[in-house]
Amino acid sequence: MATKAYQKIYTHLEAITKATVSLKASGASNDELATVAGRLAQVVKTKGELVTLQVFAGTEGIPTDAEVTFFGAPPTLKVSEQLSGRFFNAYGSPIDGGPEVEGEERQVGGPSVNPYKRMQPDQLIPTGIAGIDLNNTLVSGQKIPFFADPDQPYNQVMADVALRADVDKIILGGMGLSNDDYLFFRHAFENAGALDKIVSFVNTTEEPPVERLLIPDMALAAAEYFAVDKNEKVLVLLTDMTLYADALSIVSNRMDQIPSKDSMPGSLYSDLAKIYEKAVQLPSGGSITIIAVTTLNDGDITHAIPDNTGYITEGQLFLRADSDTGKVIVDPFRSLSRLKQHVQGKQTREDHSQVMNAGVRLYADAQNAKTKLENGFDLSDYDMRCLDYAKDYATRLLSIDVNIKIEEMLNTGWELFAKYFSPAETGIKQALIEKYWPSR
Amino acid sequence: MSTTGKVTGIVSNLVTVQVDGPVAENELCHIDLKGTKLLAEVIKVNGDKASVQVFESTRGLRNGDAVEFLGKMLEVQLGPGLLSSVYDGLQNNLATMEDVFLKRGEYTDPLDREKIWEFTPIANVGDKVVAADWLGEVKEGWLPHKIMVPFSFKGEYTVKEIAAEGQYKVDDRIAVLTDAQGTDVNVTMVQRWPVKVAVKGYREKPRPRRVMETGVRVIDTFNPIAEGGTGFIPGPFGCGKTVLQHAIAKQGEADVIVMAACGERANEVVEIFTEFPELIDPHTGRHLMDRTTIICNTSNMPVAAREASVYTAMTICEYYRAMGLRCLLLADSTSRWAQALREMSNRMEELPGADAFPVDLSSIISNFYSRSGSVILNNGQTGAITFIGTVSPAGGNLKEPVTESTKKAARCFYALEQNRADQKRYPAVNPIDSYSKYLEYPEIIEYLDSKVEKGWVEKVIRAKTLVRRGKEMNDQINILGDDGVPMSYHESFWKSELIDFAFLQQDAFDATDALCPLERQKYMLNLIMDICDKEFKFDDYEQCRKYFKEMINDLRQMNYSEFNSKNFKEYNNKLNQLLESNGN
Repeated sequence: MATKAYQKIYTHLEAITKATVSLKASGASNDELATVAGRLAQVVKTKGELVTLQVFAGTEGIPTDAEVTFFGAPPTLKVSEQLSGRFFNAYGSPIDGGPEVEGEERQVGGPSVNPYKRMQPDQLIPTGIAGIDLNNTLVSGQKIPFFADPDQPYNQVMADVALRADVDKIILGGMGLSNDDYLFFRHAFENAGALDKIVSFVNTTEEPPVERLLIPDMALAAAEYFAVDKNEKVLVLLTDMTLYADALSIVSNRMDQIPSKDSMPGSLYSDLAKIYEKAVQLPSGGSITIIAVTTLNDGDITHAIPDNTGYITEGQLFLRADSDTGKVIVDPFRSLSRLKQHVQGKQTREDHSQVMNAGVRLYADAQNAKTKLENGFDLSDYDMRCLDYAKDYATRLLSIDVNIKIEEMLNTGWELFAKYFSPAETGIKQALIEKYWPSR
Repeated sequence: MSTTGKVTGIVSNLVTVQVDGPVAENELCHIDLKGTKLLAEVIKVNGDKASVQVFESTRGLRNGDAVEFLGKMLEVQLGPGLLSSVYDGLQNNLATMEDVFLKRGEYTDPLDREKIWEFTPIANVGDKVVAADWLGEVKEGWLPHKIMVPFSFKGEYTVKEIAAEGQYKVDDRIAVLTDAQGTDVNVTMVQRWPVKVAVKGYREKPRPRRVMETGVRVIDTFNPIAEGGTGFIPGPFGCGKTVLQHAIAKQGEADVIVMAACGERANEVVEIFTEFPELIDPHTGRHLMDRTTIICNTSNMPVAAREASVYTAMTICEYYRAMGLRCLLLADSTSRWAQALREMSNRMEELPGADAFPVDLSSIISNFYSRSGSVILNNGQTGAITFIGTVSPAGGNLKEPVTESTKKAARCFYALEQNRADQKRYPAVNPIDSYSKYLEYPEIIEYLDSKVEKGWVEKVIRAKTLVRRGKEMNDQINILGDDGVPMSYHESFWKSELIDFAFLQQDAFDATDALCPLERQKYMLNLIMDICDKEFKFDDYEQCRKYFKEMINDLRQMNYSEFNSKNFKEYNNKLNQLLESNGN
């Protein structure tokens, strides 16, 4: 993105905030890129002659006589097969010491897929984790975040899921990753020998927060290249979307916008939807699946970021530490995959949805029994059985360290039902009971 | 010479335009972006500066770009061919766009101009007619689609000419009308109407007097919605809002269904495209898609068109209502529309109301809800629009502006509850907080007396009371312990669980259970209420629990079986035997 000879250079800034600068300029177009004192910036507002630019790297040290040059085009990414196996920063420049990528230059944050041209997502993505496959089955073309407190091992789980999933490309969009986590992903991908099918765009905590705003668009532009042009199955990992939203609120705050809930911009829903809705099953067979991470503050899902996310994504995977078993589990109450019914019982065994529902319902009864116990009441025989069941269920099915085939998950479910309950107590359809209830 | 202007300011999709002539509030304009025409709507005028909201991405737009005002408001085209179509919020036909990606400035025709329709005249030469009167009819699939005097015509006209029975295209002249001044006007099968203006053209709007069946027990029996009524479904994400709405769309007793997917997930709309053409309307046996129009502005489509999408949907309903049809409008979700208003109000730097929403939110919502309703047309026929909207309250907290504003406007309230969803008690409609004002309408009580059975509403209210009492007893049990309360508490709690599990809960993914006709609901509720009226004898609460669980299991198996089938009767017998084994 070198400066071109005919470009006009401006040298007087009217106003500077921590994230934006304003100057008098003519002919600037909305969303176009510019450099301010050598730093990349983007036009976010024009009012008469006054143009406001968001400076990605922050404005520290920028003087009022800084040089401003406009590029005449919004952010772009060069796409080709050469992207594979490479690591880039938020601007799409290599950070792995390799050469620049050659390829077609495409605008990032491009248009949406015509909903009428989409296909219904119907391909199972097995992960081996029963808390996901059994209770919250993933489907290609889906968009789903992990909701987790910062102390949960969400990045590890996500890396596991990515490496086990049967996809052609994995695109990592890291926002505000700690350097340790960045290296973790790098090693995990290298050790799995999967580096050649991975493309990474990374903004670490050492880099300016506003730069993060480019990461999802870059990652998804690369994803669209592989899914649309190459008809590949692409899995996009975005971590951590909470830090992305924080960067949005910084910019909107500097632009004097009236904040809505939790000091987030009023457009948060649309901003997040623009990213997540890139998930798609294309008629040509290519697909983009998005698995994201939204970190929570002490499990609070009513905060504007997880709340808006939940309304956009097709479910959420809620990680929490289970005090009964000491393991991290995929919480069956708070987690949901909205697309699961497209594959359950269709690409998996017929008893899938009933086993899932019965398993969770009995686990809920166990929670009630636990409440009774905590309040010092006597437990009934049924309560006791529920509690025993819950421990087994959490250890053998909900825990994230489980790695088994779906059929085995279903068999385990039946085994646990038979161990602790009578058929009537499970409320499962009679026909399935007759077929699958284990004989003693 | 129409007014033109130049762009002078851009913030996202709010653009300020310096104008050289008169402009109207809500007037449309085209902004020329290097040859691509972006559609925009005037939302504020201040001196010679007009603020316009652009229905497309403004990427690449510059100050100084040319603007041309169109002298009209946002309108839809109304005519045969609307049914089974899939439109965006501005009524562009999404099915006829070629590219996989939506292109800016690509506008497609909502109606097929070349299609041939079989026209039969209704009006005769010499008839006196007014706006919305029927001139003729074409068969739109199965539906008798009336060609009407355009809604915009004022005063009385005389039919001068009417086309003979035969084949016509939508733009062919099918009538010539003469107004009071003697001027002749041509009428085709297509008329245009500005979406933000309510279509009148009916004689009166009586109180609703019928129930619209949805096949969902917790709605039809517990909180019925009237034909021409209004309802809304608030609930946190993951509580089954969309599943419930789709169930209503599949099973609702209506001639025409318009679904406005407003700022929601694209895959949900895809589900409709994929499933509806396969599914059969249980009331008529026709394909569901044959009665459905979809307006979709998914969450990644331009925000400004979200607002337009709900109005476009309502206008299409009003058009079909004027043909004497029963329409059902489903909007998912009205919160996204409210958020679109908020984004715009924010960019215009208006003083915000609660939670940064615009201060007139409440009146905008109630105006919109008031466009629904039953009507008696000028010719004495009736039509109706039943409207059900979903609301996505931030953080699941029902004390937020959109929910509160909607509560004032809608007559049915279906509160989806996180707690119930967590326990997989679907549909997660809270049986205690939810209500239908229609249960208080004498007309509706009378209707249900004759349609279901005498005293039905009373029975429903009794069932509701049992549920409430059972929940209270459960609270007591939780406070005092299983042994700390009399046996009657347990029995009362389990009776409420029986109603909950066997009646209120319904499996939307089970082919049989998903649709429960009123006749079957009557049978089941009577069966359940007979059980609840019994007094049982139990030695301890454990026996009580076990006994009720077994009854619940039998009743659920009945729900999963075809009504009055062999299986159904077997479980019914099993239940009767169980009942005989205890009590009187």
